Amino acid sequence: MSALSDRLKDHRVAVFPTLMLLVFFLIPFFIMFAVSFFSRDEGAFFAPAFEFSNYARFMSPFFFKVLITSISLSAAAAVLSVSIAVPFTYFVTRMSSRAQSVVLVFLLSVLSLSEVIIGFAWSTLLSQTAGIGNLLVALGILETSRSFTPSLGALLLGLCYLGFPYAVLVIYPALSRLDPELPEAARMLGASPVRSFFNVIVPMLRNTITGALILVFVFTLGAYLLPQVLGRPQHWTLSVHITDQAIFQSNLPFAAAMAIFLMLVSLALVGLSTLLGQKRT
Amino acid sequence: MSNFARYVFITLVFLFLAAPLIVILGVSLNEPKRLLFPPEGLSLQWYVELFQASDWLSALRNSIVIALGASTIAVSIALPLALYIWRKQNRLAKALFGLGVAPFMLPPVISALGFMVFWITVGFYGQIGATIISHGVFLVTLPLVTISLGLEAIDRQLIEASRTMGANDRTVFRTVIFPLARPYMISGFAFAFVLSLNEYIIAYMVAGFTAETLPIKIFNSLRYGYTPVMASVAVFFVMTAVLVFGSIARFGDLPRLLGAERSDR
Repeated sequence: MSALSDRLKDHRVAVFPTLMLLVFFLIPFFIMFAVSFFSRDEGAFFAPAFEFSNYARFMSPFFFKVLITSISLSAAAAVLSVSIAVPFTYFVTRMSSRAQSVVLVFLLSVLSLSEVIIGFAWSTLLSQTAGIGNLLVALGILETSRSFTPSLGALLLGLCYLGFPYAVLVIYPALSRLDPELPEAARMLGASPVRSFFNVIVPMLRNTITGALILVFVFTLGAYLLPQVLGRPQHWTLSVHITDQAIFQSNLPFAAAMAIFLMLVSLALVGLSTLLGQKRT
Repeated sequence: MSNFARYVFITLVFLFLAAPLIVILGVSLNEPKRLLFPPEGLSLQWYVELFQASDWLSALRNSIVIALGASTIAVSIALPLALYIWRKQNRLAKALFGLGVAPFMLPPVISALGFMVFWITVGFYGQIGATIISHGVFLVTLPLVTISLGLEAIDRQLIEASRTMGANDRTVFRTVIFPLARPYMISGFAFAFVLSLNEYIIAYMVAGFTAETLPIKIFNSLRYGYTPVMASVAVFFVMTAVLVFGSIARFGDLPRLLGAERSDR
C-alpha cells in the first residue's frame, strides 16, 4: 500500500501542468476539429452539424491560388533569410562572447517584436514622407519621393525581417559547437576562406540548415498581419484568410477547416525537421 | 572572404535589422502630427500621450496585466513539468515535454482559433481572464525550455549528498534545486513576459473587442489613420525587450540559454 502511494506521490508533481495543458491546449484543438465539420450560424457562432462542406469549399480554384501564394512567399522568405543567416551566424560565433551577447540581445529584441509593430515600422520605412524615398531623393537617385508599399517586394522584405532572427537562433547552437579547428585545418591545406566555408562548414551543417529552412517556412506561413499591411489583397495568405473568416466573415467552421489544414501541413514539416535534428550529431 | 567584405556584410545585415527601428524612433519624436522622417522639430509629447491619454493608457494597463498574469501561469506550469521530466525521463515525460513545446512550433493563428472556439464553447469569450490563461498556456514553452536547461546543469551528486545527510524531498527542493533553478525561472518568466506583451493574434481572437491590448490598439489605429503615438508605443516595446534581454545577458548566460555550449568548456 505504501509502495503504491509512494509511486503515486512521485507523479503528483505532474498533475497540475498536465491538466492545464490538456484542458487549455489539447481540448481547444479537439473542439476546433469538431467545429470544422459544423455549419455556420448567423446568430450564434456555429451550429453543431456533420458536414464536409467547409473542406469542400476549401478545394476551390480561389483557395488553391491562396495556398500557392502562401507557400511560395514563405519558401522565398525562408531561402532568403537562411542564406543570409548562415554566414552571418558563422561570423557571430567567431566574435568574443561579450560581443555575441550584445548581438543576441539585439536579435531577441527584434524576434520578440509584434508583427503589428514590424508591419508598422516597415510601412513607415517604405512610405513616401518618412521612408527611404527621401533618402533616395537626397542621394539624387529619385526625382521625387515615392512610396514602396504595398507591394510584393515590401511584403517579402517584411517576411524576411520576421524570419531572419529566427533562422539565426536555430543555426546558432550548431555553429557555436562546431570545432573551430576544422575551418582552420581546411585553410592550412590551402583552401580559401570562402571555399572552406562552402566545402567544410556548409556540408557539416546540412541538417541544421534544412531544419532552419523548414522552421522559418512554418514560422512565416503563420504571418497573418504583414500581408495585410505590406501586401496587396492578392498577396493575402492562408493565415490572413483564417483570421478574416473567423472575425470579419463570422464563419468559424470554415476558418477551423482551413486551420486544421494549415496545422497538418505545419505538423508534417516540423516533424520532418525534428527527424533531421535527431540525425545531427 | 577578406575582413573588409566581412565587415560590410555584417554592417548591411545590422542596417537591415535596425533601419525600421531607427525610422520609428525618428517618427516618434516628430513635432507635427504627421508621418515625417527625418523628424521636424523634436518633441516627447507622443510619449507623454501614451502615458496620459486614457485610451492608450487603458491598453497599456491591459497589456501589462495580461503579460504579468500569463508569465506567472506559464512558469507555474513549466516548473513542476520541468521537474517531473528531469526526474523521470520516461516516455510520459517525453510526451509531456512535446506537448509543452507544441504551442510554439505551430503557426500562432491555429492556436488562436483553437482558443477562440474553446472560450466560446465554455462561455468566457471576450474576458480578459481568457486572454491571460491562453497566453499562459501558449507561452509555457519558454520557461519550460529555460528551466529544463537549468535543471540539467545541476549536479545530481549534490542531491544525493543532501539526501544522505537526511534531507527529505521538500528540503532538497527548497535548499538545493530551487536556488539553482531560480535564475532560469526568472529568465523564462522574462521571455514569456516580453512575448505576451507583443502577442497580437491570440489576444485579438480571444478578447480583441473587450480587452484591447497595445498591439491591438496599434493595429486598429493603423486602419483609421496615423498618429505618432503608435511610433512611441513601438519604441517603448523595443526598449522593454532590449532592457529585459539585456538584463538576462548581464546576469545570466545568454549564449548558453540559446544553446551554445561554449561557456561550459
